[in-house]
Amino acid sequence: MAQFFAMGGYARFVWPAYGVAALVLVGLLAHSLIGYRRAQRALDAEERR
Amino acid sequence: MSGFAALLTRDLRLAFRQGGDVANVVAFFALAVILFPFGVGPDPDLMARIAAGVLWVTALLAALLSLERLFDADYQDGSLEALSLMPVPLEIQVLAKCAAHWLTTGLPLTIIAPLLALVLHFDAAGYPALIAALLLGTPVLSLIGAIGAALTLGARRAGVLLSLLVLPLYIPVLIFGVAASEAAALGLESRPHLLLLAALLAGSLALAPWAAAAALRQAFE
Amino acid sequence: MQRFANPARFMRLSAMLLPWSAIAAAVLIAIGFYGALFIAPPDYQQGEAVKIMYVHVPSAWLASLVYAVMAVASAVALIWRHPLAHIAAESAAPIGACFTFVCLATGSLWGEPMWGTWWVWDARLTSVLVLFFLYIGFIALANAFDDRTRGSRAAAILAIVGVVNLPIIKFSVDWWNTLHQKASVFRMGGPTIATSMLWPLLVIAAGFLFLFAVLLMLRMRTALLRAKLRALRFGT
Repeated sequence: MAQFFAMGGYARFVWPAYGVAALVLVGLLAHSLIGYRRAQRALDAEERR
Repeated sequence: MSGFAALLTRDLRLAFRQGGDVANVVAFFALAVILFPFGVGPDPDLMARIAAGVLWVTALLAALLSLERLFDADYQDGSLEALSLMPVPLEIQVLAKCAAHWLTTGLPLTIIAPLLALVLHFDAAGYPALIAALLLGTPVLSLIGAIGAALTLGARRAGVLLSLLVLPLYIPVLIFGVAASEAAALGLESRPHLLLLAALLAGSLALAPWAAAAALRQAFE
Repeated sequence: MQRFANPARFMRLSAMLLPWSAIAAAVLIAIGFYGALFIAPPDYQQGEAVKIMYVHVPSAWLASLVYAVMAVASAVALIWRHPLAHIAAESAAPIGACFTFVCLATGSLWGEPMWGTWWVWDARLTSVLVLFFLYIGFIALANAFDDRTRGSRAAAILAIVGVVNLPIIKFSVDWWNTLHQKASVFRMGGPTIATSMLWPLLVIAAGFLFLFAVLLMLRMRTALLRAKLRALRFGT
C-alpha cells in the first residue's frame, strides 16, 4: 500500500498530476451541470409565467 | 493592380499626413531597446547574448502598437465599408493596408535595428542575417496582425484582445527570427531559419488577406 | 418556431445519448485508470513516473481533437450558416482549453523528474501552449462584442486560422530536435509502446472522448435553453 502511494519515489509528481487532471475535469463537469440545471430552472420559471 | 497602388498611396499619404505613427513606432523601439542595458547591467557579453531576442521582442511589440489603428479609422467613419463595395477585391485592399503598415512600421524598424544592435554589442557577423530576418519577418507581423485587427474591429477592449490573439501567432516568427540572427552571430548557418521565415511569409501572404477580408466582411453585416 | 426545428431534434437526440455516454465515460475511465495504476508495469527507464503518461497523453489527444471539432463546427457555421454550429464550437472551446491545461500541467510535472526542467521552449511544448492561447482567444473574441452573432463569427474565423497549428503540434517532434519524445502510438509502422501500457492508455482516451461528448452535449443543451429563455423574455 505504502509502496503504491510512494510511486517509486515519484509520488510528489504523480499524485499532483492526477490531482490536477481530476480537479480540472471534475470541475468542468460540475460547472457544466450547474449551468445546465440553472438554465433549466430559469426556463421552467419563465414558461410557467 | 492599379487599385492596389491607389489604395497603397492613399494609406501612405494618410500615414504621413498624421506623421506621428512612424515616429511613435521607431521611438518606442529605440527607447525599449535602450532600457535593457540599464535593466540587465552593462556586461557586454550578457548583452550580446540577449541582443537578438531583445531586438525581436521589442520590434514585435512596436509593430503591435500600431495594429489597432490599421482598420479602425476607416471603420469608424464608414469609409471601410464604402471601400469594400469597390470593384477591387477586399483581399487586395487588405494587402494594400498591410503593405502600408509594413512601410510605416516594419521597414523603419529594420532600418533602425542595426544601429540599436550596436548598443547591445550584437556580434558584427550577425548583421546580414539580422537584417534579412527582419525584412522577411516584419511583413509577416503586419499580415498576421491584420487578421487580428480585422477580427477585433469594434470589440470591447479591442487593444488587449488584439494582443491576446496575435501574440501566440507571432511566436513562430519570433523563434525563427531570433534563431536566424543568433546563428549568424555565433558563426553558424542561418539559412535554414531564413528559409523557414520565407515560408512563413509566403504562407501568410496567401492566408492572411483571405482571413482578414472574411473578418472584415462579417464586421459589415 | 421554425428556428427551433433543428435544435429540437438535437435536444431529443442528446437527451437519448447523454445517459449512455455518461455511463460509457465513467466505466471506461474507471477501467482505464484501474489498469493504469494497478495492472500496467512501471517503465524500465522512468519507473513509476510513467504513470503520469496515462493522464498526460489522453489529455493531449483530446486537446487537439477538440480543436479540430471546434474548427470544423466553425467552418460549417460560416459556410452553411447552420445555427447549431456556432453553439457547438463555442461549447467545445472551454472543454478543449481544460484538456490543454491538463496536458500542459501534467506534462510539466512529468518533465521535472524526467528532463530536470518544468518547462522548455521546444517545438512541441510551444505549439501546445499556442493551442491553449488559441482557445482562450477564441472564448475572449466570441464574448467581446455587444452583438453576440458578430462575436461568434469572428471567433469562428479565428478557429479556422488557428488550424495551421494542429499539424505543427503533431509533426513538431519529427520536424525539429525536440526534448519531447517522438510519437510512440500514432505513427507509421504502428505503436512502439508495450501492449500492457497501451491498452489502459487507449481505454482512458476512449473514456475521455465520451467525457468530451457528455460535456459538449451538456453545454450545447444549456446554450439552447438559454437562447429559448431569451426568446421568451424579449420576444422572438
